[in-house]
Amino acid sequence: MSTVLEAKHINKYFKKPVLFHVLKDINFKINKGEFTSIMGKSGCGKSTLLYILSTMDTDYEGELYLNNELVTNNTRDQLSYIRNKHIGFVFQFHYLLSEFSVLENVMLPAKKLGEKSFEEIEHDAMQKLSILHIDHLAKKRASRISGGEKQRVAIARALINNPSIIMGDEPTGNLDSHNSDNVFNIFKQLSDEQGLSLLIVTHDEDFAKRTNRIITMEDGKIIS
Amino acid sequence: MTNWNVILNIAKTHLLTKIKQTATAALGVTFGIGAYITLVSFMTGLNSMLDDLILNQTPHIHIYNEIEPSKKQPVATYDAFKNSFNVVHSIKPKFSQKKIHNALPIINYLKKDENVKGAIPQIKSSIFYIAGPIELGGNLTGIQPLDEAKLFNFNDYVVEGSTQKLHNTENGILLGAGVAKKMSLTVGDRVQISTIKGDIFPLKIVGIYQSGIADIDAIQSFANLKTVQRILGEAENYITDINVKLHNIDVALPMAQQIEQQFNLTAIDINTANAQFETGTTIRNLITYAVSVTLLIVAGFGIYNILNMLIYEKMNDIAILKATGFSGKDVQYIFMSQAIIIGLVGGLIGLLIGLIFTNIINTIPFETEALPTVETYPINFNGWFYIIGITFAMISTFLAGYLPSKKAKKIDPVTIIRGQ
Ligand SMILES: Nc1ncnc2c1ncn2[C@@H]1O[C@H](COP(=O)(O)OP(=O)(O)O)[C@@H](O)[C@H]1O
Ligand SMILES: [Mg+2]
Repeated sequence: MSTVLEAKHINKYFKKPVLFHVLKDINFKINKGEFTSIMGKSGCGKSTLLYILSTMDTDYEGELYLNNELVTNNTRDQLSYIRNKHIGFVFQFHYLLSEFSVLENVMLPAKKLGEKSFEEIEHDAMQKLSILHIDHLAKKRASRISGGEKQRVAIARALINNPSIIMGDEPTGNLDSHNSDNVFNIFKQLSDEQGLSLLIVTHDEDFAKRTNRIITMEDGKIIS
Repeated sequence: MTNWNVILNIAKTHLLTKIKQTATAALGVTFGIGAYITLVSFMTGLNSMLDDLILNQTPHIHIYNEIEPSKKQPVATYDAFKNSFNVVHSIKPKFSQKKIHNALPIINYLKKDENVKGAIPQIKSSIFYIAGPIELGGNLTGIQPLDEAKLFNFNDYVVEGSTQKLHNTENGILLGAGVAKKMSLTVGDRVQISTIKGDIFPLKIVGIYQSGIADIDAIQSFANLKTVQRILGEAENYITDINVKLHNIDVALPMAQQIEQQFNLTAIDINTANAQFETGTTIRNLITYAVSVTLLIVAGFGIYNILNMLIYEKMNDIAILKATGFSGKDVQYIFMSQAIIIGLVGGLIGLLIGLIFTNIINTIPFETEALPTVETYPINFNGWFYIIGITFAMISTFLAGYLPSKKAKKIDPVTIIRGQ
């Protein structure tokens, strides 16, 4: 089993308003194809950890490996490229570009990567949309669709560059149970059928139980 | 690795969804550039019109005999007082003639110079116009009418009659417009003039002269060179002034200095004589650029404002772009290109408006006594103004876009995402 993501002795401090040791010696590995959830009380540092793992936050101690390569201390431009190519991120609040169409939103990271022609990207994007059963929304403005649909578009966007890992920070936290189920089923399907690695922060006990593995955090430490 | 297609597409979408604000910002640039083109074309048109007026009608070098005190007083030549300190009270001008000695050979000499387009003689004399018991003081200048017309556009000043008629009429006179009005005389009438010595001559009015400057028109008249020589009782070689026109005005100063030395005469070049016109040109240019730069700074603030507002509104977009792999530079380019698009579109429309405006101004009638040859407002159509204008617009929008886009580049996506 190859490792997709590895954290070694990660520590983080917030210096303002008072010095606060928010992450305390975090160590874990995510294997390829594994569907992992992170649980823990509000304020225990789940989001903070996820921002570090997603390379957006560089202000930490310790080492972070992606596909067995050290990414800690890479330049900002290198990290941008890594996020673009290897990491798909799904937020609690959908975060689509509201003035663009659904299709354009999904295509954007692939256009930035610039490895494929416009036609290929468009074809890929339509394919991702149909996996998520929202291909009929492709031409709609992103601001004109429902919350559950937006979250599915965000997942399609996270998938577009076929990343090594998908990270989600309470992606179902803002959805009703029907839509939550729907999103969970999509993740599960991607994990089972396409061997995708997933790391999802959640509050939802039922959601977590159905994943391969649960990481539990408390006060900035991993306890199980 | 910058993918301009994506960046420009995002910039375009931002601008189009905020079309009103975009248009307002672009309009600011349009006004700035339109005003610049209009002002600079009009002002430089005015400048070159005034310059042409001076250049065409003023001799490039004016040669005459200045009445002045001797530079070296006689006492200084006396050996006995060589080592003493001499004080001379109430120095009088040296006795000399107004006449230029050897004027005709000098004129011939000048005409042979390859820099010289023409050199023509004049006689300046003081006379009185006599109307019944009234004597009006005035100047009568003897000229060669056809040469004056050819070299110095003298025809522009003859409002009635013609130089040709003066040339053909031996006892003719071109009477100053002010004199004619005062004495109720018109073309075809006779006027009597009296010399300082008291001799009276009747002359036939063949035309009216008007320079546009009332003080001059109230005293100045012209007659043929020979007529004035006869009135003054002088010989045919009596000449008081020589006016020189050059092919290239730049040699006026060195040539004037050389003439002064060689012939021991006073020679004034056009630049020395008209230094104040240079100042006028400079000030008009200064005003043009001050106004245009002010307008563009205002336009720049407009762009700065809209970009700041846009970046504030698009915080979430910026965060998501950065989270999905766009670099800080990409985000900066997105907003920079918006500023540049606003500047380019606004600037180009400004150039067009400037072109339309100047064309309209160019057809507006502008008639003034002072400038008899000018019929409409002068406009200088010059491609350089358009190049400078668009460069100006691009630089000011670039500066206005730089600071906000720099801010967008530095936005930390984590802060934004956490803030939700
Ligand atoms: N920018 C910050 N400055 C200081 N403290 C912060 C900042 N962001 C988060 N925190 C604190 O860090 C802790 C962990 O926050 P977070 O990772 O968002 O928790 P979780 O996602 O598990 O609810 C909380 O106590 C929070 O108040
Ligand atoms: Mg959180």
